[in-house]
Parts: sequence; C-alpha cells; structure tokens
Amino acid sequence: MPKVTIDNQTIEVPEGTTILNAARMMGGPSVPPAMCYYSSLKTSGGYCRTCIVKVTKGSEKDPRPMPKPVASCRTSVMDGMVVENITSPDLLEARAGVVEFLLINHPLDCPICDQAGECHLQDLGYENGKALTRYKFRRRTFEKIDIGPYIKLHMTRCILCYRCVKVAEQLCPGRVHGVINRGDVAEISTYITEAIDNEFSGNMIDVCPVGALTDRTFRFKSRVWFTKPMDAHRKCKTCAGKARIWLKGSEVLRVTVRKDEWGEVQRDSEGGPLWICNECRFHTKKASDWIIEGPSEISRHSVISANHYDLATLKLDVAKQRKKLEGKKVLLGEGPLNPNNV
Amino acid sequence: MKRLLFEHINVPGIQSLETYKAHGGYRALTKALSMKPEDIVEEVKKSGLRGRGGAGFPTGMKWSFIAKPPGVPRHLVCNADESEPGTFKDRYLMERIPHLLIEGMICSSFALGAHVSYIYIRGEMMYVYHILEAAIQEAYDAGYLGKNILNSGYDLDLYVHCGGGAYICGEETALIESLEGKRGNPRIKPPFPAVSGVWGRPTVVNNVETIAAVVPIVNDGGDAYAKVGIGKSTGTKLISACGHINKPGVYEIELGLPVEEFIYSDTYCGGIKNGKKLKAVVAGGSSVPVLPAHLILKTAAGEPRLMSYESLAEGGFQSGTMLGSGGFIVMDEDTSIVKNLWNFTRFYHHESCGQCSPCREGTGWMEKILHDFLDGHADLEDIDLLFDIQQKIDGKTICPLGDAAAWPVASAIRHFRSEFEEYVKNPSGIKDVKHYYRIHNMQPA
Ligand SMILES: Cc1cc2nc3c(=O)[nH]c(=O)nc-3n(C[C@H](O)[C@H](O)[C@H](O)COP(=O)(O)O)c2cc1C
Ligand code: SF4
Ligand code: SF4
Ligand code: FES
Repeated sequence: MPKVTIDNQTIEVPEGTTILNAARMMGGPSVPPAMCYYSSLKTSGGYCRTCIVKVTKGSEKDPRPMPKPVASCRTSVMDGMVVENITSPDLLEARAGVVEFLLINHPLDCPICDQAGECHLQDLGYENGKALTRYKFRRRTFEKIDIGPYIKLHMTRCILCYRCVKVAEQLCPGRVHGVINRGDVAEISTYITEAIDNEFSGNMIDVCPVGALTDRTFRFKSRVWFTKPMDAHRKCKTCAGKARIWLKGSEVLRVTVRKDEWGEVQRDSEGGPLWICNECRFHTKKASDWIIEGPSEISRHSVISANHYDLATLKLDVAKQRKKLEGKKVLLGEGPLNPNNV
Repeated sequence: MKRLLFEHINVPGIQSLETYKAHGGYRALTKALSMKPEDIVEEVKKSGLRGRGGAGFPTGMKWSFIAKPPGVPRHLVCNADESEPGTFKDRYLMERIPHLLIEGMICSSFALGAHVSYIYIRGEMMYVYHILEAAIQEAYDAGYLGKNILNSGYDLDLYVHCGGGAYICGEETALIESLEGKRGNPRIKPPFPAVSGVWGRPTVVNNVETIAAVVPIVNDGGDAYAKVGIGKSTGTKLISACGHINKPGVYEIELGLPVEEFIYSDTYCGGIKNGKKLKAVVAGGSSVPVLPAHLILKTAAGEPRLMSYESLAEGGFQSGTMLGSGGFIVMDEDTSIVKNLWNFTRFYHHESCGQCSPCREGTGWMEKILHDFLDGHADLEDIDLLFDIQQKIDGKTICPLGDAAAWPVASAIRHFRSEFEEYVKNPSGIKDVKHYYRIHNMQPA
C-alpha cells in the first residue's frame, strides 16, 4: 500500500486512493476543500480547482516535484509522494485566487438564499478566501427558471461544478439536463424548461454546493438554522427511505438525504449511497409519515457553528481596504465594497 | 533553402492525385507499406520530428507510448482545428496540397496499426473540408484507402469530421470529446489519449503539419530529416507570418534561420511595412509571450535569436518566448500593445469552455480590466491586479488554454509596462480612447 505524506503527516492508503481521500482519511485541517468532487458520483471532480495541492515529491521512484499544483480530487497518490497543503503559503494564496474567481460573478445574495447556512461556498469563502473583493464590474446574471415542478434553478448562483449533471447522467436515465453555451456564459439547462421528470431528480438539490438548485416545496419557508434536522426512515418502494427531515415544531419543512461530514450523501452498510426518491422528498411531509430515529449529527463544519472565524484578521483586512478606497469614487451597489457598509 | 513539404506547392493542379503523383507523390506510401510498422516509428524517432501543433513534443516518442492492448483498435486523429490567432499554416497546406496530408495519414496510421483514422477539421473551413473529401475519394478510387491497400493486406478508412468552430476543440482531449459527439470539454488527464482516447481506445492526436512531415521522413529516412534544421529542432517548419510586414504569408523555413533574416529578407517577410520600425513580435501564435524588438532579434545574452524551439525559448519567460504553432505576428512602432492584448484576451474569454473556475472567470475579468485601460478608466493598481490575476490562472487549470490566456498578459506587462501606465496617466493622449465605445456603437459616458 502506498504511503503518502500530507503536510508532514504520513498515512498509508489503498492503491488508487486520491490525495483528497487520503487527506480525508487523515482528517483535520489538512483536508483540502472540495466544491465539485462528490465521491458517490463517478467522474466528478477536477473542475472547480479549490482542492489544488502542491506535490513536492512525485513518488519514491520518481521524486521530481510536479510542476504545477494538482487537483487533489483527481490525482492518485504514489508511494513516497509528499504533498503540501496548508503548509505552503503559495498554495494557500493560489487557492484564495480560486475562491476569488468563484466569487467575482456570484450574486452574494445569501440573505435571501435558501442555501445560506449550509452553503459550501460560504464556508469556502470564509475559510479560504479574502475578506474583500477586487472586482469592480457588473456581475453576470441569468433569469431564474423552474426546472420541473420541484426544482428552481438560480443560474446566477451556480459555480458550474457539474455535480447535478452527473446526477442526471448517473441516476436519471433519459436525462435532459446538461450544460449549454461555454465560458462564463455557460449555463445549466434542461433545454426545455420544466423537462426534468425523474424519480431521483431531487438529489440534484442535495449535491448542489450552492443555492443554484433549490427545493421549490421549501423555498423561503425558513432559514435552515431555525429548523431541526432528524434522521428518519419510512418504508419506500423506490428508495431505501432513509432520509433527514427538517422540522419546525412538529411540521416537516423539508426532506433531504443524510449528509456526512464532507457534505456528501451518506452510504449504507454496503457502501451504496443513500439517495432518496422524489416521493420521500417532496410528498412525505407529515411527521407521522416518518419513523424518527433521533436528532441528526451535523458533524460538518458550517457557518452555523458560531465563533468559527478569526475576526481579528478579518478586521485587519477591512482596515487596509478602507484605506485604499479613501478618496476614491466608488460605484455603489455594483461591484466594489461600499466602505460605509464594512 | 530546403523545402520538404512545400516543394511542389505552386505546381498548377497539385490538388489532384494525378499531378501530385507525377511530382513524386505517394512514393512514401508504397515504401511504408513495404516496411515494418515499428521501423517507421523508429525512423520518425530518428528524425527528431517534434509536434507542430504548439507543444513541440517529440512525435516518435508519442507514437511509441501508444498502448497496445490485444484486440482493442487504435486510432490516429489529425488535429486540423487550427484556430489560434495568427496561425494559418495547416489550412494553407490542406487547401493547396491535400494529398500530402492524406499520404501522411496513411503512412502514420500504418505505423501505428490504426484501421480507422480521422481528420478533425475546424468548422469554419468548410471549403477545405470539401477539398479533403474530394482528395480522399480520389485516394479510395486509386486503392490507397479502403480494404487491402495496394495488395499489402492493410485496411484503412479515413474520415473527415467537421467541428463546430470552437478553439478549445483544438485541445486534443476536447477534440476527442467533440469527435465522439459530445460537448468539447477537455478531459482531465490522466488518462492520456495514448491509453484512452477516442471511444476509450488508444489514440494518437497529431497536428496536420506533423503528419505531413512523416512523408519526407519515410521517403528519405529519419537521418536525412534530422540533418535539416539545428540541434534538437530538426527539419523544416511552416511559419504563417502576418501583421505589419511587406510579405505576409506561409513560409517553409529550415529551423535555425535567424529571426532577423526571417523578418527582413525579401525571401520571407520582406521587412516592416511602410518603412516603419519593428516594435514587437508574437512568435508562435497568440498564446506565446510577446517580445519587444530587441529581445526577438537577439537573446538577452546578445546572441542572435534563431527560429528554433530552443533559441526562441532562451531566457525562459523573462526574456524569451516559444516557437508554438508558428503563427508569427509582427507589430510596428505604431501598434498599441494594450489594445492588441485586449484583443487576444477577448479571444480567450470567448473561447474558454468554462469548466474550470480560474479560466472561466479570470479571462473575462482580465478582458474587462483591459477595456478599462482602453477607455481611460483604469488606474495604476489595475496593472498589478492584471498581473496577479494572470498568475492565479497560470498553471491552475485543466487544459493549457488557461496558461495561453495568462502568458500574453504577463509578457505584455513585463515588457511594456510603461505603455499601460501611459493609458492611465494620459488617457486623452491615447488615440483609441473611444475604441471600445465605437465597436459597441455607444457614446462615451
Ligand atoms: C486550447 C488549445 C488549442 C489547441 N489548438 C490546436 C490546433 O488548433 N491544432 C493543433 O494541431 N493543435 C492544437 N493544440 C495542441 C493539441 O492539444 C495537441 O498538443 C496537438 O494536436 C498535438 O499534436 P502534435 O504533437 O503533432 O503537435 C491546442 C491546444 C490547446 C490547449
Ligand atoms: S446547479 Fe449546483 S450542482 Fe449544478 S453545476 Fe451549478 S452549482 Fe453545481
Ligand atoms: S482551462 Fe479553460 S478551456 Fe481549458 S478546461 Fe479549463 S475552462 Fe476549459
Ligand atoms: S474538488 Fe477537486 S477540482 Fe473541484
């Protein structure tokens, strides 16, 4: 079994393990953030570039360092490989760059976004980004569309991680969901609006790391942190019926898959992902429909967890930026930070 | 001057098989079929031929990497998607002497053991597609393609596939996706095409000119080919020269020709138009770093710069560039580097496939900032911001398009920073302040 050293900690992992998964086995702060990789979806990963790491030694056999940072989610470990993640300041700077790219055209409409509180982009921004933007142009926008009766697509929030495309490809036979156009005007589309009609299509909502795909039966009902997640199950002909229900009082506001600490769907004892069907997700909204197992453990770090962020550094940045903006005309509302708001 | 590909390019009617044959065409085919495939690969290795599509990877080595699992077909794909700004050599070759490419395809396919091969051609070049189709039909009729070619027992079918006209489909794995009928997104490597390419089968992708060069290699042997050129830059190279020169066009040069001679000799570019001074050159297609006159004519060490992979690259990106695809863009003293850079950046923004964040978002951002320079809205910090953005794209993407978008920006700032500053300090003095508004049919604010 190959041995790999990540941020000075060595671990032995099965042949073919990716650097990202090796880091996850190790746990701790050296696990690179992953926005597009999703272990239950084949061929996912490689797109967003947030998981990049520096390989300073290729392997025991070929110790040369890799010339460029690599996507840890798509690079297999070699025996003797040495990887730097949080121990490399350059790498962290490069990752901050990726975060900035993901954010320059993002609407930052968290206050009205259903995903806020469990959004991977929020976490990524806080943990790996900079406090302020350098982008001063109008942000890209798209019209909101309903893709089928259950799902709303806010393309403006999408980071093109392709996860939902993989769900369509791998869980929904006869898929009608993909990417059209290219570059920064590429968009997720069903081509014919409202065309998604498949028992498992709702899982797209759960894999979406941001608020681009939201549950139309839950939209604007509640902020997620005001709801209580419970693991529950029911007898279902289509799926395993093991889900997470989000309660407000005794009302089931929404149903999602059970997620693990990486924000990915949990697996059953045989390793099969516990996807749920649209029946369980959208049509089983009475608490009496479910047998409640108990409160869910939300082990993943999240915005919900308080005092997580280093406010001292955040403030420093703000002071610096304020100074830079002093005496300058600032376009209010679109683009750079309004110094009155920070 | 040695010409290996274009010796007969100006013969009237060379497009037809009959005339091509009368001028020594298809000799290489007969010879190749009498050789062992691995001996052809060996000759190509000996020739030192390097990929002419841009990266300059040794072709013989690429061929020997192709996986050969038993019972699995292999494919050769010719990359004729030529869309790099400044590069127009492949089109010229296919248009003028299509049988050279077809002969090269047959010899190379035989060497690789491929029985179905493809030419992936850029969608906009529809008329070249028809020329190739006609030439392929002639080759079928002559028994050079199809079953049992010239009674050798070797079968080969050759298809031309028309792309939709996307630059990114020139990247070999995007090309393969597109050929399979999918969206032209580059694949994440590994696996490399040599292991899993078209339909998941071992595949070699080569540029038009690379494949054409196999013909003289088979005819005269790898050693003879290696004698042409200089050092590890063997053979000849097609250079498409454009910009402010007296004689734009496609030239076949022996690698090692001094750049100065190429620009000023009447055999080639014939000097700068209207007697102006040379300001800068982009030597290998829009993706490679731009060099100011003093660095393109001589290296930083004062040696004369030669048209070869090594000499152009001397000095690294600090003071050198790359031979790239051979798109030689010459700019005279009146050219605005900033405007030229904006134009290139606009191109990469438009052509990014959008898979990876740095390229998808960064190219558009850089274009917008460059707009600001042209409009007189930029400030000095924007120069550093641009440099920082390109640095954050470079090397962090799936395919090299991201790098290709970053390098021109880096080099323009490195060598022409004062010009950017001029746009900031003296916007009304810049002739093209209203340029952006003009092309968008708007009034300046
Ligand atoms: C964005 C991009 C565009 C490319 N376009 C072309 C092209 O139009 N023609 C070409 O031959 N190679 C192109 N290439 C290079 C190919 O990926 C590949 O390296 C080449 O076809 C290999 O052939 P060679 O070894 O004969 O050079 C491009 C690469 C990139 C990254
Ligand atoms: S809609 Fe969501 S899941 Fe789909 S590509 Fe966009 S961000 Fe990813
Ligand atoms: S670098 Fe650009 S063109 Fe290449 S895969 Fe990434 S987004 Fe697509
Ligand atoms: S998680 Fe690895 S590139 Fe997105």
